[in-house]
Amino acid sequence: MIERKQDGEFVVISNGMLGYGFREQSLWDAVEAGIDLIAADAGSSDPGPYYLGSGMPFVSEAMTKRDLKLLVKAGYDAGVPLIVGSAGGAGGDAQVDGLLRILKDVMAELDITRKVAVVRTELDRAVVQDALANQRIQTFETNAPLSPDDIDSASHIVAQMGCEAYWPALREKPDIIIGGRAWDVANIAALPLLRGYDRGLTLHMGKIVECGSLASRPTAGGDLIIGRMRDDHFIVEPPNPDRFCTVQSVAAHTFYEKTDPLMLAGPGGTVDLRRTEFEQIDPRRVKVTGSAFHAAERYTVKLEGARLAGYRAITIGGARDPNFIAHIDQIQADLTAKIKETQKGIVDPNAYSITFHRYGIDGVMGKWEPVKTPAHEVGLLIDVIGETPEIAASVCGLARSSVLHVGFPGRVATAGNIAFPFSPAEISAGPVYEFNIYHLMEIDDPEHFGRLEWMQ
Amino acid sequence: MKVLSEVAEVIRSKNAGPFVVTFDIFFKDRADFEAVQAAGLLTRQAVCERYNVGDNELLGFEYYPFANAVKFSIQRSVSAGGPRDADAYGAQQHAPLLDMPALR
Repeated sequence: MIERKQDGEFVVISNGMLGYGFREQSLWDAVEAGIDLIAADAGSSDPGPYYLGSGMPFVSEAMTKRDLKLLVKAGYDAGVPLIVGSAGGAGGDAQVDGLLRILKDVMAELDITRKVAVVRTELDRAVVQDALANQRIQTFETNAPLSPDDIDSASHIVAQMGCEAYWPALREKPDIIIGGRAWDVANIAALPLLRGYDRGLTLHMGKIVECGSLASRPTAGGDLIIGRMRDDHFIVEPPNPDRFCTVQSVAAHTFYEKTDPLMLAGPGGTVDLRRTEFEQIDPRRVKVTGSAFHAAERYTVKLEGARLAGYRAITIGGARDPNFIAHIDQIQADLTAKIKETQKGIVDPNAYSITFHRYGIDGVMGKWEPVKTPAHEVGLLIDVIGETPEIAASVCGLARSSVLHVGFPGRVATAGNIAFPFSPAEISAGPVYEFNIYHLMEIDDPEHFGRLEWMQ
Repeated sequence: MKVLSEVAEVIRSKNAGPFVVTFDIFFKDRADFEAVQAAGLLTRQAVCERYNVGDNELLGFEYYPFANAVKFSIQRSVSAGGPRDADAYGAQQHAPLLDMPALR
């Protein structure tokens, strides 16, 4: 049973990831009890650089449509706005366009029209070059300064917008906002902040509810969560009666995907939780007070950029021979040298890289792996990245035949070293991207940072 | 002696952005949290040794009483999901913590 919305409070229902699926009844029960906003995060850098680099969405169209249709219908029924941020995963223009196409289908199927604002945050390379030239780029967790070449080589650059970038759209009272890359907190906090609620508390509430049901128990995802913003506190409440929030589940949430759980840096400043208090007000709900906000001297947004690193071909096989496993370091070095030698004059050794993932030795952890005893069988994933798909395929093919027949001390099985599960054993895996921009950019006008459009 | 998996309720790793993996250890109550802190086995130095990383690669090792938790992060040598990376989400780097000594 969800508490009915009270006078003076701002109630948001939040979906942690558009297209991952959520419990539908939670949404209708929340609408029934009264809400002011539906917020949905649609993105993350977690699935890796491919999506930003390629412009592809990382959730299927079918599942995105499933979730979006329910949220659009709920917004229509409740008469409240829906904000979807970081469209399509990376929030670039191509992903925004993809989500807008899905939204059009959804509105047609529901037979409704909605006033839809679009706030884009993909940046032209020239804008970033200009910022770099004017010393307005700050090095962040890469520990490497940004170079003009990084900017030129990025296939797409987006900026995580802050709450203010949603305000020009929100002042026009839209039914739906589709956002480009956004700070995940902004989707939830932009509207209550515009209505005058306390900044530290509102941003903290945004941080807790942005992942949906992760701040409640049981820990499994796939459900929504409610945040109730009031004058001097907020309340976190799961709409699903089988779930509950605890002081621990709510307090612990600021640890998630953050390096400092007490000082949450974001666009425009830092949320300070050092004096925050959590109180269990009933078996299912937690009240939060005392979170503060400190404005930064300069307003910054986080830039994300990805560049094409090459094209991938892989081969997967298993080794069961204990002598092969014991000599695997030497075998790898010999193979790499042999491949280079064999292709002399044909393929430049700088035109490709070979990575050996050795499952059963250190395939998951690499140099962080403390266990030095190999397993009795080892999975070998040979990952070749070449300047062209052809180079990757040819090097990978050579790596496959070479690893099958390579010699090593104590070799008794002279017919072949590796069990390949597939024929063909090589798989071409398409373009590979890498994050090459992860820096902060100073901006002057946070409200007009995004590009506002209205869907026709 | 007890190892961490016998005392802690949650032991996990995850990306905090593409260039850092962050580690969280939660205890079920203040008593367990304080016992582990007092035992002095789960330390910044012990974690550096366990993960074979230098002190300069380990970020922010702290005990946080408000959440009965310990948190630290490690700088990645390659970025998440890029060439040579083996764990795009950083979600399987927690395992060496499981059998680290926690209580004497």
